Amino acid sequence: MNFYLTYFIIAIGLFGFSALFALFGVYAERKVSAFIQDRLGPTETGKYGSLQTFADILKMLQKELITPAAADKLLFMLAPAIIFIAVYMGFAALPWGPGLVPANLNLGLYYVFAIISIETLGILMAGWGSNNKYSILGAMRSAAQIISYEIPAGFAIISVVMIAQTLNLQQISAQQGILSTETIKFSGFWDVTSTGGFFAWNVFRAPHLLIAFVIYFIASLAESNRAPFDIPEAESELVAGFHTEYTGLRFALVFLAEYSMMFLVSMVGVILFLGAWNTPLPNVGPVHLATWTTGAGWGILWIVMKTLALVAVQMWIRWTLPRFRVDQLMTLCWKVLTPLAFACMLISGIWRLWLM
Amino acid sequence: MNNIIKGITTTLKGLSITFRHLFASHKKRELLPASDNNYFKQLEGTNTIQYPHQKLPIPEVGRYQLDVEMDDCIVCDLCAKVCPVNCIDIESIKATEAIGQTSDGTTKRLYAAKFDIDMAKCMYCGLCTIVCPTECIVMTNQYDKSVFQLSDLTYQFSDMSPEMAAEKRAEFDLQQAERQAAKLAALQKKEEGA
Repeated sequence: MNFYLTYFIIAIGLFGFSALFALFGVYAERKVSAFIQDRLGPTETGKYGSLQTFADILKMLQKELITPAAADKLLFMLAPAIIFIAVYMGFAALPWGPGLVPANLNLGLYYVFAIISIETLGILMAGWGSNNKYSILGAMRSAAQIISYEIPAGFAIISVVMIAQTLNLQQISAQQGILSTETIKFSGFWDVTSTGGFFAWNVFRAPHLLIAFVIYFIASLAESNRAPFDIPEAESELVAGFHTEYTGLRFALVFLAEYSMMFLVSMVGVILFLGAWNTPLPNVGPVHLATWTTGAGWGILWIVMKTLALVAVQMWIRWTLPRFRVDQLMTLCWKVLTPLAFACMLISGIWRLWLM
Repeated sequence: MNNIIKGITTTLKGLSITFRHLFASHKKRELLPASDNNYFKQLEGTNTIQYPHQKLPIPEVGRYQLDVEMDDCIVCDLCAKVCPVNCIDIESIKATEAIGQTSDGTTKRLYAAKFDIDMAKCMYCGLCTIVCPTECIVMTNQYDKSVFQLSDLTYQFSDMSPEMAAEKRAEFDLQQAERQAAKLAALQKKEEGA
């Protein structure tokens, strides 16, 4: 019985975390966008407007759930749930610290990528179910974009997996710090197994993984429908894309999924490339910074900090770059990122055979 | 290849610009009047004016809404006649005698039973302030005039109660009737004398 109780607690905890993160994320997004555009953003509710998103969610909870008369009611109602649950399930396999992982799966990475692909299905259901040309266009664009960008993202990930030789996210994490059971070499020549710190991170383990990280990061922007890849939502042409018809709590769920997705893809990026829950501080001589700052509590701190930093970069990019046109989007994906990702995978193979 | 390099450098440039703005925003905007030499050169910091808490300084001679000094009004109706959008509505009652003087010495002979200005219609041309012979209708520098009810935008300047207006009307009618009677009597006398 206790066994199941922990499961429930973990599930509720993860849901609470993603909800809280979405609220914080929306607030941060508004503040970042405001500052970039020389505005102030929310200021009235709470100190510096910090309670604004809580007020917004309270407002949203009170709103009426409207289903358009001509909508496909079942698909329309199910879609937000599927979109959110697909993202939320992805959190189950992500490690938070040494020994801290909701579900320690051997196929963790594979599972995460498989389950978040279901989001596309939810988006298509939302677009089709709304029976609205804006929604269906947004959904089609979103599906085309997500499916296309899964390829470079997938190959960037495979190049890491070929170096790490495992799909278990907890093992991939452990390999990038002083807790590693195998030798880690910085750029393939310098043994940093006992030094740890940022030298042991995957991006520095092999130089081409830096490129793989950039490819993954760009593709992850596209997968979470963030600007400059936000043509599915394109407010200027499509009103709000696939979630045009959603009101109240259903809209909140779609939004929650978007922000959870941002956190999820950033966290996967951190786990695969930026040392997961390992400290960025190396052991230098007698100063054992890495040893002092490794542990379950520290792990959570490091991974959350790194992930939030990546989320901040996503926001920064969103408020800088203009939206891609659909043909530019596809060109970038198929003609630039996919060949580069293939090259990275090839180099990974060679690296693994000859340099490790 | 050239394209790729250009794309990367321009992206980095854009990102650096937004990054600078992200951290320049701790500086709040100084509130200067538009006449200030520095007004259009405030390039750093945020641009938001937090309106109810902060207000931009405006010139004293600002022309934002109409105001009527009722004591100076001689109810000549010129402003209502000149108004291009008919937003001024005046109803006058003739007085039985001169009822006072305005501050510039003009004699007042009319009561204003109604002096309404519908600010929702006003187009701020200022014609009424020009034609006013006693300069009682002016534009003030009060610009914040938002209200919750549209009817609140109809400003009522007349200080006469309806009872008072009715009384004055009756007085005038009585005087007219007396005069009429006197006139008739005089005419009768004349006819009799002839």
